[in-house]
Amino acid sequence: MSLVIKTFFLGLLAALLSVAQAEGLTIEITKGSQTAVPIAIVPFAQQGSVGNVKLTDVISSDLAGSGFFKTLPEEDMLTQPSEPEKINFRDWQVLGQDYMVIGQVLGNGGSFNIQFHLFNVHNGQLLMGYKLTVGGNELRRAAHHISDLIYEKLTGRKGAFNTRIAYVTSAARGGGKQYMLQVADADGYNPRTIAESPEPIMAPAWSPDGAKIAYVSFHTKRSEIFVQTLATGQRQSVSSYPGINGAPAFSPDGSRLAITLSKDGSPDIYVLNLSNRNLTRLTSGLSIDTEPSWSADGGTIVFTSDQGGKPQLYTIPSSGGRATRLTFQGDYNARGRFSADGRSLAMVNGNGGRYRIAVMDMASRTVNVLSEGNLDESPSFAPNGSMILFAANKGGRSVLSVVSTDGAMQQKLDFQSGGVREPAWAP
Amino acid sequence: MKLNKTHLVLAMMAVLATGCSSTDEEGSLADGGQSGADASTSGYNDGSMAGSQFGSGNGYNSGSGSNLGPEFSDPNNPLSKQVIYFELDSSQVKQEYVPVVAAHAQYLASHPNQHVILSGHADERGSSEYNIALGEQRAKSVERMMRSQGVTGGQLEIVSYGEEKPAVSGSGESAWQMNRRVEVGYQ
Repeated sequence: MSLVIKTFFLGLLAALLSVAQAEGLTIEITKGSQTAVPIAIVPFAQQGSVGNVKLTDVISSDLAGSGFFKTLPEEDMLTQPSEPEKINFRDWQVLGQDYMVIGQVLGNGGSFNIQFHLFNVHNGQLLMGYKLTVGGNELRRAAHHISDLIYEKLTGRKGAFNTRIAYVTSAARGGGKQYMLQVADADGYNPRTIAESPEPIMAPAWSPDGAKIAYVSFHTKRSEIFVQTLATGQRQSVSSYPGINGAPAFSPDGSRLAITLSKDGSPDIYVLNLSNRNLTRLTSGLSIDTEPSWSADGGTIVFTSDQGGKPQLYTIPSSGGRATRLTFQGDYNARGRFSADGRSLAMVNGNGGRYRIAVMDMASRTVNVLSEGNLDESPSFAPNGSMILFAANKGGRSVLSVVSTDGAMQQKLDFQSGGVREPAWAP
Repeated sequence: MKLNKTHLVLAMMAVLATGCSSTDEEGSLADGGQSGADASTSGYNDGSMAGSQFGSGNGYNSGSGSNLGPEFSDPNNPLSKQVIYFELDSSQVKQEYVPVVAAHAQYLASHPNQHVILSGHADERGSSEYNIALGEQRAKSVERMMRSQGVTGGQLEIVSYGEEKPAVSGSGESAWQMNRRVEVGYQ
């Protein structure tokens, strides 16, 4: 099946169309940045058999999707040089470009030799020249790697294009539903099902080394937390207490899981030691306490509690102690998730019946609402902190969305075959 | 008048259901006598699994095919109602459903070998794990009312699906009000 990636920019009436092989997935940029940097990704010259992945389409999609760049549509290019000496920089200046990328792909019987050059269009300066060799099925990965290199060179920040995401899809099957936990590239390609069940699957959470995923499954018609090793598919039940077994979150050292259990009454936060299965209870009382998330240093856990009446975020030392209320803005703040550097906290912010993704700057405690939906949930930071992946609702169907942490750019990953929820960006 | 007295008892049950602590719940869940045999064969992670094993999940009349009497299909009998609906962000059993819960409680009290699963659900708004907690609170409200009327803990099991298994798909209050619910599933 072919796939169409549509890219729409505000302020720039350009559409970039390309075709690739994931089934039923549409990536649509719903809000583009006005201040994005213009860059031309010139189609790479091809020699030999180069497969059906067009590197420059993947790179363009990555860079445009980041919100920092707007890419020049291929049909607007006057020439398509592939060697530095063939570039007439004035042509590209006239087209309003700041930067351009040219390159070549050489198919070499199962592997590919790729080289590319990045130029400043205004002064013709070569900013980067790079060669890489990849295996036959690694072209998309190579493209994401090139996107990372360009992004880091021009923004000074590490890219997150060569990363993975996990999410849960649900679709009608045989009069019921089928839930699938999948892992895919960050742009939604190469999906792989790692668990499926006719009963709900929830709350995938990555281990810090990206090798394991913890999740909740109801396949026994009760909730149960599993930890699954991706490389082997081996799955281990780690929590099946009476009542809720939910919201797993790995500690930064990977040795413990913060989880929600209701075995002692109302839902409370516990820390489960994965090696000896010891449980430490962190919260108590009659309130709902759930959705734990660890700070980068492992010293603090943020969680959702309705102890003040409405759900708000609180912090508590991960070794136990007093909970401190963190959020005061809006009548509903839930599901806090720290960025990897610990400076920001993403959350679901409910106000006047709208549920949107907000981010708190931990130093100033300022809260910024980023997303524009009504039913947005499950925020998850990209490992470089530049974007937040979340679940949104589109015409009664759930889709994944990505918003840049400054709110300037938003894009949507739409799996046409059914709903997709509970996204988690791999570390 | 007889009717008034019944209402008074039911109203007291409603107060009880929302006001009391939940620290005595553990036993009822621990010895819930889950009919685990069929659950363990879920064919989980098996691509060839035909979703029919669990059918369409816990529908409105789940399990009612077994040995339930005609009163369960008589629309004039409160036992025919096996779904209890809730207000937004509330786990309080509404006045209009107090007689329904009471009818099921009376039936269960007089049929001590009958088991039910109380499955709690929430609408799609807000975060999914918080909604799991909310669904459980709703199921526990119903459980407390039933136990106060003589149903034993071993007859009741609770599971919360939060917003994961909506009865009605789509967004908007008409769908949401159908999804904030507890289903009484006779086993």
